[in-house]
Amino acid sequence: MKSSVITFPGSNCDRDMDVALKKFGFKNKMVWHNDAELPKSDLVVLPGGFSYGDYLRCGSMASKSKIMKSVINFANSGGMVMGICNGFQILVETGLVPGVLLRNKYLEFICKNVYVKINNKQNTYFNNINNEVLKFHIAHNEGNYFCTKDQLKEIEDNEQIAINYCDKNGKTDEQFNPNGSIKNIAGIFNKEKNILGMMPHPERMIDPSLSGEDGSLFFNNLINNLK
Amino acid sequence: MKISVIITLKKDVLDPQGKVIHQTLDGMGFNDINEVRQGKYFEININENDSKKAKDKVEEMCKKLLANLVIENYKIIDAQ
Repeated sequence: MKSSVITFPGSNCDRDMDVALKKFGFKNKMVWHNDAELPKSDLVVLPGGFSYGDYLRCGSMASKSKIMKSVINFANSGGMVMGICNGFQILVETGLVPGVLLRNKYLEFICKNVYVKINNKQNTYFNNINNEVLKFHIAHNEGNYFCTKDQLKEIEDNEQIAINYCDKNGKTDEQFNPNGSIKNIAGIFNKEKNILGMMPHPERMIDPSLSGEDGSLFFNNLINNLK
Repeated sequence: MKISVIITLKKDVLDPQGKVIHQTLDGMGFNDINEVRQGKYFEININENDSKKAKDKVEEMCKKLLANLVIENYKIIDAQ
């Protein structure tokens, strides 16, 4: 399976993602934002970081960069595109997934482990994962998911909510919402479910000596689903 | 010519920064404030002497980059 990780000026989780993808069998290529052509890929990842210093709005500049035209074409033709953290912010700015990510409700940069409940397994990302709840890591200042009432209805009707913040038992109460996101939303799909944007970092959970292994579970499952 | 743009958050969008500014002002003794909303201001110097054409171009910039229409409104005004 071939993957591509896009590096923007200010990306800082691109190499972590490269390590994670390779560990679970992807042949990964790093792609510079100013390239026009996307290499042949089964999965494209927009990594976390602070692309363009978060100027104007997080992800807004990166969403207009040269490579994004190819990424958008790839996504619109059914290609698998995953945006993590700043990558999620870039995805919403392109309009590939609905909504926006606002400043966290309590104005704090949040860096901690969280639990997320898988809301929809009928897709290539989460199909065949036995767990209902995964432990991932978040590190963001603008992860407060917001959308209009009409968009929320559409997202819910199309089952586009991928994961919600919860406690370790999968309870998705407001008290387990770290950043003020509507309905505890931590990640969403596009309508067709080939595009996934999420704030948590699975690539930070691939080594038991450093963290947990729920990221390993995620990537292992993903590559098997893609085969 | 110079064109100015003011970007504001839409009414229903939470503005935590505006809230904190409000609280701080309140703490400083400005007790008669109902609400503070934070926005953005741009001055764009554009090579176009026709005011209507210049504003049309700036409007396109607003829609494509300067504002996110899910949460923000824009207002275009003459600067000079």
